Amino acid sequence: MTNLTVNGTVRAVDVDPDTPLLWVIREQLGLTGTKYGCGIAQCGACTVHVDGAAVRSCSMPVSAFTEDQKIVTIEGLSPDGSHPVQKAWLDLDVPQCGFCQPGMIMASAALLAQKPNPNDDDINSEITNICRCGTYNRVRAAIKFAAQGGQVRRG
Amino acid sequence: MTTALAVSRRKFLAGSAAAVGGFSFGFHVPFGGEASAAAGTTPEINAWVMIKPDDTVVIRVARVEMGQGSLTGLAQLVAEELDCDWSKVTTEYPTPGQNVARSRVWGDFQTAGSRAIRGSHDYVRKGGAAARQMLIQAAANEWKVPVAECAAADGVIMHKGSGRTTTYGKVAEAASKLDPPKDVQLKDPKDWKIAGKPVQRLDTADKLTGKQVYAIDVKLPGMLNAAIKDCPVFGGKIKSFEAAQVRAMPGVKEVVQVGDTGVAVVADTWWRAKTALDALPIVWDEGPNADLSSGSIAEMLKAGLDSDQGVFVGSQSGDVKAALAGAAKRVEAVYAYPYQHHVTMEPMNATALWTNDRCEVWTATQNGEAALAAAASAADLPVAKCEVYRLHLGGGFGRRSTSHDFVRQAVLIAKQIPGTPIKLIWSREEDMLHGWYHPITQCRLTGALDQDGNLTGLRMRISGQSILSTVNPQGLQNGRDPVTFQGLNPSGTEGVLGYTIPNLLIDHAMRNPPIPPGFWRGVNNNQNAIYLECFMDELAHAAGQDPLAFRRKLLVNHPKHLAVLNAVAEKAGWGTPAPQGVYRGLAQHMGYGSYVAACAEVSVGDDGKLKIHRIVAATDCGYAVNPQQIAAQVEGSFVYGLTALLYGEITLKDGKVEQENFDTYEMMRINEMPQVESIIMPSGGFWGGVGEPTIFVAAPAVLNAIFAATGKRIRTLPLKNHDLRKA
Repeated sequence: MTNLTVNGTVRAVDVDPDTPLLWVIREQLGLTGTKYGCGIAQCGACTVHVDGAAVRSCSMPVSAFTEDQKIVTIEGLSPDGSHPVQKAWLDLDVPQCGFCQPGMIMASAALLAQKPNPNDDDINSEITNICRCGTYNRVRAAIKFAAQGGQVRRG
Repeated sequence: MTTALAVSRRKFLAGSAAAVGGFSFGFHVPFGGEASAAAGTTPEINAWVMIKPDDTVVIRVARVEMGQGSLTGLAQLVAEELDCDWSKVTTEYPTPGQNVARSRVWGDFQTAGSRAIRGSHDYVRKGGAAARQMLIQAAANEWKVPVAECAAADGVIMHKGSGRTTTYGKVAEAASKLDPPKDVQLKDPKDWKIAGKPVQRLDTADKLTGKQVYAIDVKLPGMLNAAIKDCPVFGGKIKSFEAAQVRAMPGVKEVVQVGDTGVAVVADTWWRAKTALDALPIVWDEGPNADLSSGSIAEMLKAGLDSDQGVFVGSQSGDVKAALAGAAKRVEAVYAYPYQHHVTMEPMNATALWTNDRCEVWTATQNGEAALAAAASAADLPVAKCEVYRLHLGGGFGRRSTSHDFVRQAVLIAKQIPGTPIKLIWSREEDMLHGWYHPITQCRLTGALDQDGNLTGLRMRISGQSILSTVNPQGLQNGRDPVTFQGLNPSGTEGVLGYTIPNLLIDHAMRNPPIPPGFWRGVNNNQNAIYLECFMDELAHAAGQDPLAFRRKLLVNHPKHLAVLNAVAEKAGWGTPAPQGVYRGLAQHMGYGSYVAACAEVSVGDDGKLKIHRIVAATDCGYAVNPQQIAAQVEGSFVYGLTALLYGEITLKDGKVEQENFDTYEMMRINEMPQVESIIMPSGGFWGGVGEPTIFVAAPAVLNAIFAATGKRIRTLPLKNHDLRKA
């Protein structure tokens, strides 16, 4: 039995210790907003926050986590979709198919928490998630929009 | 219909609960007709429109949403004619089974070929207009006034004489009992208030919070999870596997063979199923293609460039042989385009529940009726006893229209465990190895220039794979695959060659390696546009002419092709100096009924490093239903097209695909994304698609800009295989 603190709640999970955190989140905890895309930490669809940092949960065994670490998934980023990144994403209509977007949003929220005003180089180096629909330009615009407090609405 | 669905849903829930001993927990079952399930309180005005007493408008959308935005666009078209309050619009998917049961009242369920809007705008608008007339009629009946004295706006009906008003929700029940009108008048697009506007997508909010349920997220009571391996060599099958070796592993419930070619482990969780599958000893019979390699396929296609066997003509005029013989200057080049994988972010998956007399499937499909047919066939049940529930797709790009192999497999597994829902998920590796790949072709182009540098003849020989001959052989025309010639057609509304060339021959030596080909966003337009538009640049260069001026002369008979090209040239500043070290390239093409052009700006460093700075893209799609979503499709299609250009290449060794995940099959990421400026210039009078067309011009525009920058003609993709340092 492992105790995990996910979205502010301590959850006991009975699971093989080498199970990736992603699959514990999806299958044991039933939080399916965090996505499987590659299983090798390449695409970022599985991104969650661990103590505020963006982590690719598909490649971290659940045994690597303790109850002290605060894991936040897309479902826990805000109670009602009101995180500044989510609001910017809504305003700029960022998602297309949307499958990569929970990971994209979690990565962007972590970036903004560390660098409230990221420049293009910061975005290029920190946002390495794959989107096949091609939302990159809107992702970039929405990160900047969120950084500015959502003051300039795109026409 | 709605009642029938509600019954079926209850029956299903009761049946599943019984099957798993009353096991129940909080779960979200995304049924196709979620809103319909509340049938008793939601009057159906017609197949397209239901209106609840609280004025919520439920618009049924037959085509699936996979990112392209047509869920919103199609709802806009219905809402426009319905004159409802847009803020009260929600949508739902009817199911393929309901479509069959109701004589295909929703028409075609296929979401492919950039056809979602252009292929159904007429009947969905008529559905909205008919519902509007019925609602107004119902109000007039209630007030006992002539219908001509009543009008509707924003979901409110008013009697002009008395000023009395009511709402759609209040008269919906009465309206649902009226006969539909025989004729309806559609609005002139210039009067549109909801359609034609850059309204925001209806599906965004749930995609920001994790609430959106994709097929891979489906949870059913008592559900088990399956991981699968199909023979990695195309045409091979299972020889043996040692189920006993993994049966005792944690969570494992069953190890089952799937058809002749696959084996699946079924477990309580997918991770445990995959873990056991990876430990399962499997011996494959690799079959006749075990020696196949990219090299042998390339040789097969190369031979086709000179062959007169198995050749089909796409377009012919004048006497190209004489034109080439009499040319002042002949230009010749051979191009090639590799296999590529769709790589949807959501791997293939399907959930199936099979019993003796019913089979239900939850999946992401671009063709609901084909998914239903695949399910029925695998279930060995009549279509009427099967149903497919559709969910938004985590990417489609043609993969989920080309084949429903994943549905077939899920049902074949579920059939071996009756009464238990089985969710089959392909690992990314399984997904990469079992694609339906962008077909492979080579092309030799030979052009004749006269003394003044005019193009007097063009010979274009395509050698390579036909999609239809594998995927849809009944679509062949006397053996000829018309899809091969996308964008090169002499006439029609789909994809016409814009250049007028007096002596022309375009033909196809069909060569079909035993690799499954598929429709891949843009399909054959992708390589056809590269072949033709890069060669046009070569011809212009050989003629000593500006690439824009050279094209303009040849496009005089096709003003729409010319207009988009002129638009990008003007906005990009063609003919004016580019920033220091930056070079421009052009391309234009017509496909899926739309006219597109691009001007790319690139620089190439001394180290050969390419930077794509900016692409200006123009689209004339006739009518623009949602301009901001069209802009999103333009931006997105460039990511797809540029990823193909930079990295896209599936290679084969020993009959097996060599790229198994993103570490060996790279994707363009945000750091490589250029600035995209889209020009949406709908000229009216026709309906073109927008989900794919601008892909066509991404790669050729960049390749032509690379030539301008370096003097190097890149004739094979992807660019990762080339050294771009200046010659």
